[in-house]
Amino acid sequence: MKMKQISAVIIAMGLVFLFSCKGKPKDSELQAKVTEKLNAVPGVTAETKDGVVTLSGSVTDEAAKSSAEEMAKLTEGVKSVTNNIVVAPPPVTAPPPPAVTADDPLRTGVEAIIKDFQGVQATVEDGVIKVSGELSATRWKTLKMALDGLKPKKVDATGLKIK
Amino acid sequence: MALQEKYKELIDAAKSAGTKNLQVSELDGVLHITGEAPSGTVKDNLWNIYGKIDPNFLTGDVVMNINVATAVEGARLKVITESSNLNIRKGPGTDQPIVGKAAHNETVTLISKQSDQWWLIRTDSGEEGYSHSQYLKPVE
Repeated sequence: MKMKQISAVIIAMGLVFLFSCKGKPKDSELQAKVTEKLNAVPGVTAETKDGVVTLSGSVTDEAAKSSAEEMAKLTEGVKSVTNNIVVAPPPVTAPPPPAVTADDPLRTGVEAIIKDFQGVQATVEDGVIKVSGELSATRWKTLKMALDGLKPKKVDATGLKIK
Repeated sequence: MALQEKYKELIDAAKSAGTKNLQVSELDGVLHITGEAPSGTVKDNLWNIYGKIDPNFLTGDVVMNINVATAVEGARLKVITESSNLNIRKGPGTDQPIVGKAAHNETVTLISKQSDQWWLIRTDSGEEGYSHSQYLKPVE
């Protein structure tokens, strides 16, 4: 009688164990499901152990991190999600350096402009236009606008006096 | 980056005014701003802001090359010489022979742009040749 009871308990436990195993998807299946969903978020990988999904990798913004977590959580059979995704904003790419005119064409350009500005001299060296002399503020503005249009490296007016 | 801070108002104004192909970059301590303003008024306004931040443009930390989008083929241009006539030359360069003149404040037609500096123009009396763009402003 006692043995029967014990064996019944064992059988019952076995059944419970069996069913519970059957009801729980295997980690490998979960892993496949989660991985498939995560294809939508590049740069994120998942690891599944005992129904717990651990997300890792790197994304460019917070929204991608939370959406990956949401996708994993909504996968059937996932108990919980550990989100170890790192948010790293993309490196700020510096704009290309400005195009600077070579000295010879720059000199020709400067000569064509400066000839109409009496009392002002200009030299060109290494892309820098050096202006000297004396000029009214409005005439200097006109000159500066024209010189900047030649795409120099710099317009150095330290030698210029504004009347 | 400090330069971009100093000229933030200028850069923001260029952006909000719809300056096309706006490029802001730094080279050896000079901020280069290039782009195409939608009108001559916008260009003037940008130069006024620049002059406000750097009075008389004397610091030399900015090179601003703003073209005007309305200066296209067929556009009417006003001759903005100080007071004299504008030389019209056979080719693009001050070494080229003078083939005509346009009066101060006269309106001419833009035929094409040989470069940012030299534009091929035609006067209403039919004189045709190259003039320097610093003396030509689109009529708006």
